[in-house]
Amino acid sequence: MQYIIAGAGPAGVVACETIRKLDKKSAIILIGAEPEPPYSRMAIPYLLSEKIAEQGTFLRKTAGYYEQLNIKLMHNRVTGLNTANNSLQLDNGEQLEYDRLLLATGATPINPAIPGVELEGVRHCWTLEDARNIAAMAKADSSVVLMGAGFIGCIILESLVKRGVKLTVVERGDRMVPRMMDDTAGNMLKEWCEDKGVRVLTSHSVTAIEKSDPLSVNLDSGEHLHADLVISATGVRSNIDFLQQSELETDQGILVNTFLQTSHPAVYAAGDAAQGRDFSTGEFTVQAIQPTAVEHGRIAAVNMVQDNCLTHQGSLNMNVLDTLGLISSSFGQWMGVDGGDAVCIVDRGRYKYLNLQFKNDVLVGISSLGHTENIGVARGLIRGQISLGKWKQRLQRNPERLMEAWLACSMGIA
Amino acid sequence: MQKALLIDPDKCTGCLQCELACSYEHEGVFNPSKSRIRVFTFHQEGRFVPYTCTQCSEAWCQQACPVDAISLNTDTGAKEVSDSTCVGCKVCTIACPFGTVNYNQVTGKVIKCDLCGGDPKCVSACPTQAIVYVDADQTGYEKMRQWARETDNNPAASA
Repeated sequence: MQYIIAGAGPAGVVACETIRKLDKKSAIILIGAEPEPPYSRMAIPYLLSEKIAEQGTFLRKTAGYYEQLNIKLMHNRVTGLNTANNSLQLDNGEQLEYDRLLLATGATPINPAIPGVELEGVRHCWTLEDARNIAAMAKADSSVVLMGAGFIGCIILESLVKRGVKLTVVERGDRMVPRMMDDTAGNMLKEWCEDKGVRVLTSHSVTAIEKSDPLSVNLDSGEHLHADLVISATGVRSNIDFLQQSELETDQGILVNTFLQTSHPAVYAAGDAAQGRDFSTGEFTVQAIQPTAVEHGRIAAVNMVQDNCLTHQGSLNMNVLDTLGLISSSFGQWMGVDGGDAVCIVDRGRYKYLNLQFKNDVLVGISSLGHTENIGVARGLIRGQISLGKWKQRLQRNPERLMEAWLACSMGIA
Repeated sequence: MQKALLIDPDKCTGCLQCELACSYEHEGVFNPSKSRIRVFTFHQEGRFVPYTCTQCSEAWCQQACPVDAISLNTDTGAKEVSDSTCVGCKVCTIACPFGTVNYNQVTGKVIKCDLCGGDPKCVSACPTQAIVYVDADQTGYEKMRQWARETDNNPAASA
């Protein structure tokens, strides 16, 4: 048996490890498109803020780790797939045959349709190579414009501030992290950033970027922002272009069933490239988050070895973000559900916000600012669909008692 | 035989000695907010419930960590955070469905129970033996572990 894992991010690496646990003998080939050892994009902000060196971003730290597991690591871009003869084409012209293939090819930043995005000083912040370029350009007192205040924009925001740049953030939405926070919380986050000296322009669009000693970022308001560096963080899309000639079914990402198996039975997909099941809605979406990538990688790998013995119940969408010291998180259906009810406490002065969303007596979503203690229990309560009984009322009176609700309703030890 | 913490809330008086001992052992200060074990208060029921990491075999925290900073101590069974490797991204704090990994804003790292390397200080500090350190098979944590298995969809992969 030969397993090929295309993509050396968290989904791909976890898949290799899981396959090796279950099958000591078969050949495993892990193919990464970048010239680096497998690393974590999640760690790039900490590289930029100089908290860690490059090796601190590596997914596994032990020297010779992949060799010890008898995993062959290759550095190539995958250019095509032929499901008729189970072969994968690589950018060096090589063809690899597989018995089972996992497509964990990740995602790529979107280039917004703006004149000038191709200019030298406009960068993404996605790969280690991007990080090196940004580190070279984002010097103290340089002017940086960050396009996009979504999750990725916000997670690199802090490292840019730590580098001492003069930062302006431009976001089309009416608040920061619009896909993670409601109007109140998203604007509290904005106020927090402004209080720390970052200029945040929400409900603003960039209309063009022009060369002007060195760059001018033109806004729809008519304002022109001077910039030494522009970082584009306006979203990502699944890497599926190489599948155009293949028979594989795709939509936003690669379509998979609840075994993470694609329309071709020998091919599975995981992580940012896969359109997998969402726990909350039951719909198939690209979540593009680390915990989901890991969950996909593990489940797909088990199913590749053990013939679809594990059903993916769906991954819970969740995020945690540290924006200049204000920690926010969101889980599941934080925006609420039809026929559901909610409780929300807001303390603007202390930048604290906690919003719980219920359906009947089950928690279905949470969003928070400034609440970090035992926050993981939100996942336990939502994922376990724990019936809260009288604790729903207690949470409506004091939503901070999540842990107590968990102990009482799930553990039965209170 | 590996040992585990066995917690009996019926015996807990809410004295918080465990929190102080834990905080002192790990952070060098008597500060309950820095403790890895926490005592939760149920006024209406008149109960105190100490609670910390069960060192569950699924190790959601370990799996979710993007930089391999959480590893298994094969002597104690504890999942331990390597401070030098942790970047403070907090993914483990949302991945742990028990809520027992927390972020320490002062150090910029996450903290969780490490069983004090096999000599848990919460146990020695507890005056009523509400927290004891016994053979893992005896502990009431089996129920939690069961829950973890049911919620997880991967019994085979954690083998």
